[in-house]
Amino acid sequence: MTDIQNQTNKAGWPTNGANKILAKRHRTERNFRRLGLTAILIAMALLATLLVSIVGKGYSAFIQTTITLDINFEQEILDPKDTRSPETLKAASYGSVIRNALRTEFPEVKSRIELRRLFGLISKGAVQELRNAVLANPKLIGTTRAFELTASDDVDMFIKGYISRDVVEQDRRIKNNEIVWIDRLQNQNAIQTRFNTRFFTGGDSREPEVAGILGAMVGSLYTLFITFIISFPIGVMSAIYLEEFAPKNKLTDVIEVNINNLAAVPSIVFGLLGVALFLNVAHLPRSAPLVGGLTLALMTLPTIIIAARASIRAVPGSIRNAALGLGASKQQAVFHHVLPLSLPGILTGTIIGLSQALGETAPLLMIGMVAFIVDIPGGVTDPATVLPVQIFLWADSPERAFVEKTSGAIMVLLSFLVFMNAAAVLLRKKFEQRW
Amino acid sequence: MEPIISAKNVSVYYGKKQALKGVNLDIPENQITALIGPSGCGKSTFLRCLNRMNDTIEGCRVEGDIIVDGKDIYDPQIDEVYLRARVGMVFQKPNPFPKSIYDNVAYAPRIHGLARNKDELDNMVLASLEKAGLLAEVQDRLHEIGTSLSGGQQQRLCIARALAAQPDIILMDEPCSALDPIATAKVEELIEELRASYTIIIVTHSMQQAARISQQTAFFHLGEIVEVGKTEQVFTSPQDSRTQGYITGRFG
Amino acid sequence: MSFLPLIISLLAMCAAGYWYGSKKALSSHSFAGQQNAGRPHLYGLYVVIWGVIPPAILLILWGVFSYSSIDVSGGIAGKIDKVVFPSLITVAAILGLTLAVRQISPNLRARKTVEAAVYCVLILASTLSVFTTIGIVLSLLIETIQFFEKVPYQEFFFSLNWSPQMALREDQVGSSGAFGAIPLFTGTLLITLIAMIVAVPLGLMSGIYMTEYASKNFRATVKPILEILAGIPTVVYGFFAALTVGVFFRDVGTFIGLDVVSESALAAGVVMGMMIIPFISSLSDDIIMAVPQSLRDASYGLGATKSETVINVIIPAALPGIVGAILLAVSRAIGETMIVVMAAGFAANLTANPLESVTTVTVQIVGLLVGDQEFDSAKTLAAFALALTLFAITLCLNVIALLVVRKYREKYD
Ligand SMILES: Nc1ncnc2c1ncn2[C@@H]1O[C@H](COP(=O)(O)OP(=O)(O)OP(=O)(O)O)[C@@H](O)[C@H]1O
Ligand SMILES: [Mg+2]
Repeated sequence: MTDIQNQTNKAGWPTNGANKILAKRHRTERNFRRLGLTAILIAMALLATLLVSIVGKGYSAFIQTTITLDINFEQEILDPKDTRSPETLKAASYGSVIRNALRTEFPEVKSRIELRRLFGLISKGAVQELRNAVLANPKLIGTTRAFELTASDDVDMFIKGYISRDVVEQDRRIKNNEIVWIDRLQNQNAIQTRFNTRFFTGGDSREPEVAGILGAMVGSLYTLFITFIISFPIGVMSAIYLEEFAPKNKLTDVIEVNINNLAAVPSIVFGLLGVALFLNVAHLPRSAPLVGGLTLALMTLPTIIIAARASIRAVPGSIRNAALGLGASKQQAVFHHVLPLSLPGILTGTIIGLSQALGETAPLLMIGMVAFIVDIPGGVTDPATVLPVQIFLWADSPERAFVEKTSGAIMVLLSFLVFMNAAAVLLRKKFEQRW
Repeated sequence: MEPIISAKNVSVYYGKKQALKGVNLDIPENQITALIGPSGCGKSTFLRCLNRMNDTIEGCRVEGDIIVDGKDIYDPQIDEVYLRARVGMVFQKPNPFPKSIYDNVAYAPRIHGLARNKDELDNMVLASLEKAGLLAEVQDRLHEIGTSLSGGQQQRLCIARALAAQPDIILMDEPCSALDPIATAKVEELIEELRASYTIIIVTHSMQQAARISQQTAFFHLGEIVEVGKTEQVFTSPQDSRTQGYITGRFG
Repeated sequence: MSFLPLIISLLAMCAAGYWYGSKKALSSHSFAGQQNAGRPHLYGLYVVIWGVIPPAILLILWGVFSYSSIDVSGGIAGKIDKVVFPSLITVAAILGLTLAVRQISPNLRARKTVEAAVYCVLILASTLSVFTTIGIVLSLLIETIQFFEKVPYQEFFFSLNWSPQMALREDQVGSSGAFGAIPLFTGTLLITLIAMIVAVPLGLMSGIYMTEYASKNFRATVKPILEILAGIPTVVYGFFAALTVGVFFRDVGTFIGLDVVSESALAAGVVMGMMIIPFISSLSDDIIMAVPQSLRDASYGLGATKSETVINVIIPAALPGIVGAILLAVSRAIGETMIVVMAAGFAANLTANPLESVTTVTVQIVGLLVGDQEFDSAKTLAAFALALTLFAITLCLNVIALLVVRKYREKYD
């Protein structure tokens, strides 16, 4: 201990030498800090790129090109026997009416090949539009009216600028003569762009210009409904049991560990479970929202249980004791007092679990919800697809026009998710309790 | 003699809440100054001002001047990193890093670049452990993890760790409150030895401890210094009734 | 009588029982003044319980019966299936309800029974997750065993050749396909590795910045924004990877004279990494937060800068937790499906070149199961073998990670 006394260690304020080291350390500090900020900025930039690229590709999905033609609703073609019966009107050949209108518009086009191209300007779905118009108003027959028809996907892409005139003709889906026709129509103001209602009211289709997401949205709704009615009650009951009643024993431990692991099992494995359990053993219908919902319910269950347990745990013991002290049974204390207090938290967790289920694709591929389905499903056992699977299917389609449909569908899906998460956040804010 | 630390009209705010209200205090060199007072009166807050540890707390604001060795440490020119190397700190709960004993002590020399080579570093570590009176106990387990020591040893390790930064001033915030009487006695003995080469400011809740080891005592009450003076004087004939009440155990 | 009407009529009967039971308890004069009789709705529930349990037992028996005699269409079994069980169930429900209603009296301790029943239901609900796991293991295992009866396990685990496409005729040469899964494992590994190279530094650094540097306001705004990345469905990432990132990398490759396929492992890996960033950043955020403030104080008190504190004290102290977080992230990446299905290839390539196309375990599972449905072919069974492997690997990773993280939490709690 002698050296303590004879050591004088007054360091004094920094000299130049010390300053150098200090300056270097501060430089490192600043660089490190910048590194952290950069990481965050990169992550946000990636997110921005993703969103911008989706919106950039997808906003045009909500717009549809139409072509106005003078349609002659010839009695000869549509209703030669003058019956006006719905059956006749339904079965009539509206295609010929459209073709005639195009022939009158472009009388110079004569060759078969050119005619086929000419007819291709109008979507195959336009037939349906005329049919609906005539069915709604049979008086149209025998008149000539200017009528707005949905343009084909190629014309739509051309008008939206996705197909460039500068490309060599053979690499271009719109050929030179088509460009001439389109230009002429445009000069006559016969080409318009409209809000694409059909995107929200139609089912899937092979024709991009008439394909819609209603079928998928309804399918998602049914699937989510099944998921909710299965996973919510069971999840809440498990959470109540585990938090409030479970004795501390091996079984409880096993359940605990099991729930945590289940939450991290890859979703595709749940898909295989769905195939084995619901399709092969229980013989439920393939491609049905019922099976999809059940599969997703098993997958969502751990999320809900974990959230519900946290929320139940946050209710202070004093409330239980107060209820017990008034002579309530343990179950009454839990169901009358603890559960209502923790419900906002449980609901928040449930919404988050459901929003994950809404975005889930892989397990639904497994149980066959990838079929091409035109009809809007009418119930939980009808074959259906869901929004994310619809996105997957369209993303796989070769037509250029499906790219914008895919992105558009993604935008719709993301808005649903934003809506659900915002609801969850609001719910949490509104009922947030500090005990 | 010129005081090595002199605090002038220091006020500290945590957000809107004022924790110190215009505190003035001079601290003479190579003496032990004890800060006493009831809980929540701002002793730790004051201590943390002296090496700008308050900078690490979001929303904490310090007003007034604190002069350390002739310089205002809240001057933007002053580097708080360097300041903290000169004004070391020992905390209430022993907080060794989850590293080896050696690495704990070598931490400050390494980050401040005090040693030019391994031998110098070794010497520094051993000297600091020696000064902290811990060397004999840990000589042959230098590479065991620091948290494996007993509480009292851990606290002396923390003191050794602070000494290795080669400070002039050491701040101690209730260094013995987590220790048993024997460990406390050892640490107190160590503190008295260190007085020869360091200026020490110690916060304590133990009147006996303050009386035993300090030369100067300051009594804090509700964010103000009510009384300050020679330790014997404060303890034998306090001027202020609040001080008297506190040291005789009527409140606090 | 088919299933749905049966259930509906059972429910209706129970509702009637509830209403009648409550009413009877309420109107009965002898209940007045009875202290511990409980409230009338308990009697209603009591009746419902007796209306539910007997049919439920029969329903389960029915399920077992109709599953075990699935091939017997018509005949006696068909009759039993179609007629005997539904009527038995209805009768059981009616009997249960009437008996329960007749039992209602002030002396009946309805609450005890109701609470016991509720307790049983709670236990049943919480064991469902265990049964889910058992279900997963069993269903995968059964099919996998069948698979290994057709394809030797040595081939599956050690052979380098994967081409499950069967020849058209059974007797053709090579009709059994090749089931060496090594290229799938290496492909999965390659993409996971790329994802981690992207996600770990970015996620960890963001987490560190958030906890150690960011102000409260910065945190409150930026953290939710980063979390958006975690909420985006994987199918969206897949689309982004296939259409934007893949093409971008290919074009950059062409520009600098490299041959990058548009379904490169790089594109899929980078996008997967992007998805995992918030996962790592929020986990490491939690873990770094759990490092006690006293260690930070000690380091700052010795004159360390923030970065020195982070590197020398916080990261070493938080290392087990961070490793656990990374393991969880790896298990996520391995099990991720849609990104690779949409952006990686289907052909099994044994390569470590990130610019080429590789395939993964999950891609193959999807490829093998979507579409054709002949169930006992080696091709379909292979999907289950792959899934079991996947399940086993992710399970191991998760268990280790959870243990590591839990140990770490205990240390600082
Ligand atoms: N980080 C902080 N944020 C907000 N307020 C704080 C903070 N630290 C201390 N305070 C407040 O400042 C006042 C003084 O606290 P300080 O820790 O200095 O008291 P103390 O005298 O050291 O008490 P003790 O003897 O209990 O350690 C207290 O009222 C406390 O609530
Ligand atoms: Mg204090």
